Amino acid sequence: MNAFLALLTRDLTLALRQGSAIGTALGFYLIAVSIIPLGLGPDLALLSRIAPGILWISFLLSAVLSVDALFQEDRDDGSLDALAIGPLPSELIAASKSLAHWLTTCVPLIVVTPLAGLLLNMELNAVPKLLATLAVGTLGISFVAGAGAALTLGLRRGALLLPLLILPLFAPFLIFGVGALSGAAGAFSQSILLLGALSLFSVAAMPFAAALALRLSLE
Amino acid sequence: MPVSSLAALKLACQRGGRIVVPALSFKVEAGRALILRGPNGAGKTTLLRTIAGYLPADSGRVIVSDDKGEGTGEGHFHYIGHTNGIKPRLSVIENVSFWQRFYSGADDADAAENALDAFALLDLAEYRAGHLSQGQARRLGLARLLASKRSVWLLDEPSVSLDAASTRRLETAIRHHLAQGGIALVSTHLDLALGDAATVLELQHGRAFAA
Amino acid sequence: MADLTNTETIRPGWFSTLANPTTFMRLSGKVLPWLAVATLVLFAVGLTGAFLAPPDYQQGETVRIMFIHVPSAWLAMMSYTIIAISSAGYLIWRHPLADVSAKAAAPIGATFTLVALITGSLWGKPMWGAYWVWDARLTSVLILFFLYLGLIALRQAIDEPGRAGRAAAILALIGAVNIPIIKYSVNWWNTLHQPASVIRADGPTIHSSLLWPLLVMAIAFTLLFVVLHFKAMRAEILRRRCDALIARHVRGDAARAGTEEAANA
Repeated sequence: MNAFLALLTRDLTLALRQGSAIGTALGFYLIAVSIIPLGLGPDLALLSRIAPGILWISFLLSAVLSVDALFQEDRDDGSLDALAIGPLPSELIAASKSLAHWLTTCVPLIVVTPLAGLLLNMELNAVPKLLATLAVGTLGISFVAGAGAALTLGLRRGALLLPLLILPLFAPFLIFGVGALSGAAGAFSQSILLLGALSLFSVAAMPFAAALALRLSLE
Repeated sequence: MPVSSLAALKLACQRGGRIVVPALSFKVEAGRALILRGPNGAGKTTLLRTIAGYLPADSGRVIVSDDKGEGTGEGHFHYIGHTNGIKPRLSVIENVSFWQRFYSGADDADAAENALDAFALLDLAEYRAGHLSQGQARRLGLARLLASKRSVWLLDEPSVSLDAASTRRLETAIRHHLAQGGIALVSTHLDLALGDAATVLELQHGRAFAA
Repeated sequence: MADLTNTETIRPGWFSTLANPTTFMRLSGKVLPWLAVATLVLFAVGLTGAFLAPPDYQQGETVRIMFIHVPSAWLAMMSYTIIAISSAGYLIWRHPLADVSAKAAAPIGATFTLVALITGSLWGKPMWGAYWVWDARLTSVLILFFLYLGLIALRQAIDEPGRAGRAAAILALIGAVNIPIIKYSVNWWNTLHQPASVIRADGPTIHSSLLWPLLVMAIAFTLLFVVLHFKAMRAEILRRRCDALIARHVRGDAARAGTEEAANA
């Protein structure tokens, strides 16, 4: 477990020192949210109604685009070789990296989500609910994305391929995440439970796929 | 050190479905080094990566005997390839401390500092690794070997970009490792002064013989 | 030392014998013409039944699209199941024929999925007044289509066949565990769709004059899939053998007996 923490703290330190990765994801998220009203027109009632969907979709796109580099640097500089023969099973290496992605990308995005919600005239009392769905759902998102990043590691056009591979897998997250705010009776509690189950399942299952893909990338 | 020997038994190494090293057998006892030589493309890297377990062998196997019996050697290897495994944004000491923590699971500041000292990097400990020259970065990569103890060192061209003085330090580190009962497999173009402890294995395309 | 040479040889047994590429080539070569004839006969019978069936009292003539749509949708799922099973076989036993099967099934499955989408959309136009209404079942099939595209694209992005096969197999299994979740979530998202109408606990609800041609068409489509799959697998095996021969010729080295086996593979 100490090796897991050592790797996690190293990745967090690197993300904080670099900064630009977090900043780029935040910038992408905000521009994606802002450009949609330009296409739809400034109808505040409409924007307010579709705000949860816009925020979730922008969130997913930001997560996909930022995950591309998750293993790339470690592979290029030889760290992945050294990590792979260390005491930590590849599954836990993948889990640590995915968790680092959640902490360094998803958490900052969640933090600026209320601000993005303001841009879309989102109802204030819906904001805590939206944040709850994001907090519960995006952990699973990071783990699915981590498996995708491991699969496309070192491929030409990997950055373009990755969204094609994992966006279909994000469909249930999106459905339950936005469905929670549909206003239907019982929808919130039901979908947040489903979202939680989905996240837990991804956290438990995806590292195995990611580990297989990581070992493949070392050959 | 618990490993008593490393053996390859009719080990055929492949890369991308192509056999690069045909059935090769050798045995290295504790305290000894095997120097791999041969032209580029003779399969030195493939052989080392197969032994480390990155590449599946085409046939044959690697047997590492330790105090628990025979195994694949998982958990006994240090592997240093052509890249150094260091992060330019971490300081020199943070880099080596990370690997020390990662491999041994506990903080040991002395081990990390001694590893830097052995490769004459202690003075630079607080600088960012991104500022290091190529030779210094290589030494930092090699310092990982000393930061946490592992019995079998697999070194692929470790002396690349090292100056003469640094190469001496590398030799000292390997000799010390062997004296403690370690094993080293080193591919190199240079002559490393390892004395009687080293055996040379020439790899030519498709063939291998002891020299 | 005898145990050392065992690592790559195939254990004897009925499965391995059947799964040997050479045996597969021989057997599939014998079976294929018969399968092709059976497929044609079944299509002739099924299509005749489909056109003789009376028009539906609600949907009129458009109901006949069902005879293409339903079997295609069924094959879209079956192909993915075959890919998932083959992928598991390849990852666990590294059996090359399993990879050939997974690779060959992907474009076929994607095509049937596309046919199901197009016919579903054509069927929907007179029924719903729009070509696409985000009906739950069609939406699930659409996502399945994207999973197929991802599989094909990932395989194409990797040059080395062994790596490509394993990466695609990992992705196929990720997709396989997610398909039920996607299906469930899409149903949850949109409960405004027709109830399943062919197989239900209380028996079929569609008229028997429509049912028997539909079942014949389903079998005909399944046989068509088998024919196409075998054909594609044979082509893939031959392609790999050619690649191996060319590679050996280029390298001018006959001393690599193992390579041919691996590449045949």
